[in-house]
Amino acid sequence: MEKGFSPVGLRVLVVDDDPTWLKILEKMLKKCSYEVTTCGLAREALRLLRERKDGFDIVISDVNMPDMDGFKLLEHVGLELDLPVIMMSVDGETSRVMKGVQHGACDYLLKPIRMKELKIIWQHVLRKKLQEVRDIEGCCYDVGADWFTQAQFLGGGEDVSFGKKRKDFDFEKKLFQDESDQSSSSKKARVVWSYELHQKFVNAVNQIGCDHKAGPKKILDLMNIPWLTRENVASHLQKYRLYLSRLEKGKEIKCYSGGVKNMDSPPKDAEINSGHQSPGKSSSYAFLKATETDPKQLASASVSDPTSDVHMPPKAKKTRIGYDPPISSGVFDSRLPWNDVPDPLESKPPILYENNFLQQQPLPSQSSYVANSAPSLMQEEMKPSYVNADEFLMPQDKNSTVILQDMDLSAPFSSNATSNTESIPGSLNWELPEAHHSDSLDTDLDFSWFQGEHFFANTGLQNFQFQDYSSSTSLLSELPPHLWYGNDTLTSIP
Amino acid sequence: MQRQVALIKQSLFDQKIIIRTQMEKYMQGYLDEQFVELEELQDDANPNFVEEVATLYFKDSARLISNIEQALERGSFDFNRLDNYMHQFKGSSTSIGASKVKTECTMFREYCRVGNAEGCLRTFKQLKKEHATLRKKLEQYFQASK
Repeated sequence: MEKGFSPVGLRVLVVDDDPTWLKILEKMLKKCSYEVTTCGLAREALRLLRERKDGFDIVISDVNMPDMDGFKLLEHVGLELDLPVIMMSVDGETSRVMKGVQHGACDYLLKPIRMKELKIIWQHVLRKKLQEVRDIEGCCYDVGADWFTQAQFLGGGEDVSFGKKRKDFDFEKKLFQDESDQSSSSKKARVVWSYELHQKFVNAVNQIGCDHKAGPKKILDLMNIPWLTRENVASHLQKYRLYLSRLEKGKEIKCYSGGVKNMDSPPKDAEINSGHQSPGKSSSYAFLKATETDPKQLASASVSDPTSDVHMPPKAKKTRIGYDPPISSGVFDSRLPWNDVPDPLESKPPILYENNFLQQQPLPSQSSYVANSAPSLMQEEMKPSYVNADEFLMPQDKNSTVILQDMDLSAPFSSNATSNTESIPGSLNWELPEAHHSDSLDTDLDFSWFQGEHFFANTGLQNFQFQDYSSSTSLLSELPPHLWYGNDTLTSIP
Repeated sequence: MQRQVALIKQSLFDQKIIIRTQMEKYMQGYLDEQFVELEELQDDANPNFVEEVATLYFKDSARLISNIEQALERGSFDFNRLDNYMHQFKGSSTSIGASKVKTECTMFREYCRVGNAEGCLRTFKQLKKEHATLRKKLEQYFQASK
């Protein structure tokens, strides 16, 4: 993706309520040969961003704005759209700057801003793309990686705001394609991780159990495939973990939001793969975006199928936008019901949380994410996980599928909430209205736990069927501490 | 200014410095390098850029000043709110490099921080004065440049 990247024509969105600064910045950015769009209101900016999903490369925003806190906008943009955001302020106080960093800003500029500072903002765009490409390509999988990057898109519903192209994706077909991913820049020998091969892999992983025990060597032995090397397995494992964690993250967000929608639809966009294939803006977006949309699909797809035979069914919407380290692991997979049962709630396989498979795996691409909004996101994710974990704790549950129990569980979570997630409960309402770029928002839903989860805003909460789920607050309280995803992860979040 | 700069281009480097110094003398610390940055942004595409920016600033800052004035008149002295307003105003003032105005803003915010109402009122008065002076000077400056 580096190939052909040029700062010229970088599409910048500037958000500032000060008209004088808006004019000055516009002029300065134009002089840098960027393509500038100005906006005086944060909400307007969000609307613009959502409308033109792939229309901007970077966002520069002031911290103090009347209609919305700059940090909130920052979170929204970072989560929903995964664009680099630069904060500006006349105030350079350490706490403010720190807050910016925590919320995911890739830079913080002090006013008065000079031309020379704006001249190099393109580096943030390039850096992000490179990171994404690296994440996706990981060990340079070709088709092998396809299955999961694409799977991630399976869950991607229309609500997902990112990713400009969301074509229907024929998951099965892709799985068995032999052609290697042309985008892969690696020249390593390619292993085609076909559906069956991946199944064997997953089974092996599940067999082994928890994360720290599931090493490539063991998996390789279990798989018993003569031509497969330990390195192949290692890289696939890495990708898998990444995938799971992404799924986790995405699930949280999306699974509850209209997961049903994409239930039966084949994996979405091959564009997701594009991360694979065309490391470039779209791919980088695609990848992360796909993961985001996953949960939705996942929810729908991952209907209860108690069989422990977890493999990747064609329609498995195993989207893990795991951005939290503790993510479902193979165990999760096995328990994850991969049905096509349209059950939006199931989106979050609890296994994810209870499994320590990915416990210690900080996702590279997500790390900043985690660091930035870890507390809030964790918060969000925690909640669902609880519910799910609980579900999975009881194998008999299978039928019910992972049902997100009472979202009210957010209450216990609030206590775990870090300062970043202000007002988790109740703030939902605030989130919802702006979250939905389209579709009617299901404001009835008590998405308090979504609070910090800004990106789900685009996930079409309207389909969320929270209300249907009976409260199982008690479940949460019964959950053993170690399942409290949030607890562990929060503390581990940098 | 552009005419002058054009002239300077034909002449020796020293002359450019002389002219700049003259401008600075005129402005006497009312403006800082930000203003120079703005001038450098001015080009054929936007030949009156600096003046446009200044006009915009004075229009917007008048509104902010009025907000603060009303808040102060209420007498309740909501320092948080006052600080917020002043934060906005300060940010705006940095846009054209209004350094004296900016100094008053900083002082005002400090008084807010310690809850000194009297200090706030005093500083605000001074701030308005600086603001008005700057406005006049810039108007004259732009007139002269035409």
